[in-house]
Amino acid sequence: MSRLAVPKTYKLFIGGKFPRSESGRTTEILSPTGTFIANVAKASRKDARDAVVAARAAWSGWSGATAYNRGQVLYRVAEMLEGRAEQFVAEIVEATGVTPAVARTEVMAAIDTLVWHAGWTDKFAQVHGGANPVAGPFFNLSVPESTGVVALVAPSTAESSLLGLVSSIAPALTTGNVVVALASESAPCAAMTFAEVLSTSDVPGGVVNILTGDVAEVAPWLASHADVNALDLTGADTALALECERAAAETLKRVVRPGAFGPTESAFERIAAFVETKTVWHTKSLA
Amino acid sequence: MSFRNYAPAPESTAILNLRKSYGLYIGGEWVDGHGGSMTTISPATEMPIAEISLADSSDIDRAVSAARTSYDTVWSRMSGSERGKYLFRIARLLQERAREFAVAETLDNGKPIRETRDIDIPLVAAWFFHYAGWADKLDYAGLGVNPRSLGVAGQIIPWNFPLLMLAWKVAPALAAGNTVVLKPAETTPLTALLFVEICEQAGLPAGVVNIVPGLGEVAGKALVEHTGINKIAFTGSTAVGRQIARTLAGTDTRLTLELGGKGANIVFDDAAVDEAIEGIITGIFFNQGHVCCAGSRLLVQENIHDEIVEKLTRRLATLRLGDPLDKNTDIGAINSKEQLERITAISATGEAEGAHRWTLDCPVPDKGFWFRPTVFTNVSTSNTVARDEIFGPVLSVLTFRTPDEAIAKANNTPYGLSAGIWTQNASRMLRVADQLRAGVIWANTFNQFDPTSPFGGFKESGFGREGGRHGLSAYLATGGAR
Repeated sequence: MSRLAVPKTYKLFIGGKFPRSESGRTTEILSPTGTFIANVAKASRKDARDAVVAARAAWSGWSGATAYNRGQVLYRVAEMLEGRAEQFVAEIVEATGVTPAVARTEVMAAIDTLVWHAGWTDKFAQVHGGANPVAGPFFNLSVPESTGVVALVAPSTAESSLLGLVSSIAPALTTGNVVVALASESAPCAAMTFAEVLSTSDVPGGVVNILTGDVAEVAPWLASHADVNALDLTGADTALALECERAAAETLKRVVRPGAFGPTESAFERIAAFVETKTVWHTKSLA
Repeated sequence: MSFRNYAPAPESTAILNLRKSYGLYIGGEWVDGHGGSMTTISPATEMPIAEISLADSSDIDRAVSAARTSYDTVWSRMSGSERGKYLFRIARLLQERAREFAVAETLDNGKPIRETRDIDIPLVAAWFFHYAGWADKLDYAGLGVNPRSLGVAGQIIPWNFPLLMLAWKVAPALAAGNTVVLKPAETTPLTALLFVEICEQAGLPAGVVNIVPGLGEVAGKALVEHTGINKIAFTGSTAVGRQIARTLAGTDTRLTLELGGKGANIVFDDAAVDEAIEGIITGIFFNQGHVCCAGSRLLVQENIHDEIVEKLTRRLATLRLGDPLDKNTDIGAINSKEQLERITAISATGEAEGAHRWTLDCPVPDKGFWFRPTVFTNVSTSNTVARDEIFGPVLSVLTFRTPDEAIAKANNTPYGLSAGIWTQNASRMLRVADQLRAGVIWANTFNQFDPTSPFGGFKESGFGREGGRHGLSAYLATGGAR
C-alpha cells in the first residue's frame, strides 16, 4: 500500500513564530528540472517591519546574555543541524540538483561554521578590545559591543542556500546582534527549515528572523528602516546593493558591501563588521 | 575690586613667521589653486591673518594623482620601520615648534592659548609619536592577517581642533602605508599649511602628504567623488556625513565618519559634587563647546538639581572670557560669524520653547565673535536645546530619579558619541557604562583624549574609531576582506 506524503507549508520566521505573510502572497518554487517543490511565503514591507520590531525586542536579552551562554546556544544550533543533516541534504538536492555528496559537504560546512562561531563568543572581546595605556592616571578599557539589529541579504546562489545564510547570520549573532535575514530567493526552502533548527535550539524568539520572497522588494525597506543599525549586502546584486547603501546612508547604518567577504566566508573581520567599540575611562586615585 | 582685575598676560605672536599668502601643497610643491581665494581671519579680532588659495576639482585631481604617484613609487615600497622614522621625526619637530603652533592655532581658531599649549599641540605630537611606532608592527595589531595599506586616503577635517584632527587623520594613514590628500576646514587652514614646513623639515617624500584648502562644496565634494581615492575619512557634521555616505554608495571606497553628538553627562546624588562641577564645565565649556563629544546634556539626579545648578553658576562666574592669546583666558572666541549665528538662534529657540536661560554676566570684547556661557534649566526632553547639537557654550540641564531613567534619557538621541557618569559607586558606574550607547564614556572625568584610546561613535555619530590600534583598521585591509 502506498502512502501519500505530508508536505510542509513553508512560512516566515518572525519573533520565534512561523506566520504566513500578512500580504497572503506566495511564490512558487520549482526544482531545476521544473517540478513543483513548494509555495513559499512572499514577505511584504509589513512583514519586514514586524521582523524588525521582533528583533529589536530580542536585542537587549541576547546582547546582555553572557558570552558563554551565547556560545552554548550557537553550539546547540550546530547540534540540532547535525541531527537533521539528512533532511537538509535531501532538500538541497531537490532544490538545486546537486549530488547528495555535494549537498552533504555544504551541510557539514554549515555545521562547522556554527561551531567556529560558538567558540568565538567569549574570545572576541579579548582579541578585539583591550586596555589602553593612556598617559595619565586613568583606567581605560575598550570593549566591542553589538551594533544592534542587522539586516542581511543572504547569498542568492543556489549552491549556498544554507551555508551562505549561516555564514551571514553566525558572525552577527556571535557578539550579540539580532538579525533580520532575507533568504536566497531562488532556493529558500533550506533557509526556512534552518528556522526550525533555530526554533528548537534555545535561540530566543526574535533573535533571528528569516523572510522569504522578493529580495529586491523587501531589502530597500530594511535599508531605510530607522531601527535597523547595520546591513550585510553580501548576497545583493550591484543594483540592489547601490539602492540599499544609498538608503542606509540616511541613518548612517554600518554597511558590508557585496564582495567584502566571500558568500560562505568565515572571518574575524566579518564578526568585527558589526561591533561598536566602547571605551570607558575612569580616574585612579587614593582619595 | 574683584579678582577680575588682573594683569593680562598675552602670549606674543612674534614667534610666528607667517607668509602673506598660502597656496596648495601638492606633490611637494606650493601651487596656486583654481578655486579663488579667501582671507583667514582671527575670530577674536576679525583681523586678517593670511590669504589662502582655494582648490577646485582640477586641483583635487592633481593632488590625488600626486598622492597616487608617491604611493606607487615611494611610500608603499618603503619598509614600515623607515615610514615610522619619518613619523617619529614629525613628532619631534612638532614638539620643538610646539609654542609656535599653539599661537598659530589660537590665532586662527579663537580657542584659548591655555588649551592649544597644554592640550591640542601636545596631543598632536603624541599622536604622531604613537602611530610612528605602529608602522613596522602592523602584523601585531591584532586586526587580522596580512595587513596592507589601502592606497590614497582623502581626509576632510573640521575647524574645532584643526591640527589635532589633522594628526588623528594623517598619523594612522601614513603609519599604515597610505598617502593622503587632506582638506582643512574653511575657517582654520593655517596650522595645516604650517604643518607642510614640518613635513619638509622631516624630509618626507613629496606627495605623501598633500594639503588642499578649499570650500566643502567644491574641494571637499571633489575629493569625495574622486574615483582615484581608496578611502575617505571625514570628521564634521552628521548632515555632511550622510551626504558622503550616499555619494560613496556602490563604490569600493572605504569610509569612516566621526560626526555629531549630544553627549549626556549624568550626575548621581552620590557624586563628589565639587569634582562633578569641574567636570561639567570641562564637558561643555572646553573649547567654547565646539566639541563633538561635549557633555551638552547635563542629567542631574532630581534631589541634587538645585545644589548643582547653584554651584555650577557660581563657579562659571569665575571664568574669564576674552583674548584667546591671554594665558588667563578660559573662554575664547566662537570660531566664526556663521557659528555664532547658529548658537544664538538655537539658544533663542530654547528660550521660546520654555527653558529657563541663565547667561554669564561678563564683558565681551567689541570686535570678534563671542557668546557668553549659557545654562538652560527646566529643559524638557523635547526641547530643541535638549535634542540638537548646538556646538557652542550652551548647557541643557535635565533631571532624572532612577538609574534606569538616566540611562533611558541619555540614550534618547540619534547620536552616540560620548557620555559622562559621576558617582562614587563603582558598581553602578560600570553597570550604567554598559547600558549607555556611546563610544566614549568618561567616569568621574570628562573630555580626556589619548592616542592609545579609541574614539568614535555609535549610531548617527558615525562609524570607525580613531586612536590606538583600532584607529589603524580605518587605513588597513586584512585577511581576505577588501
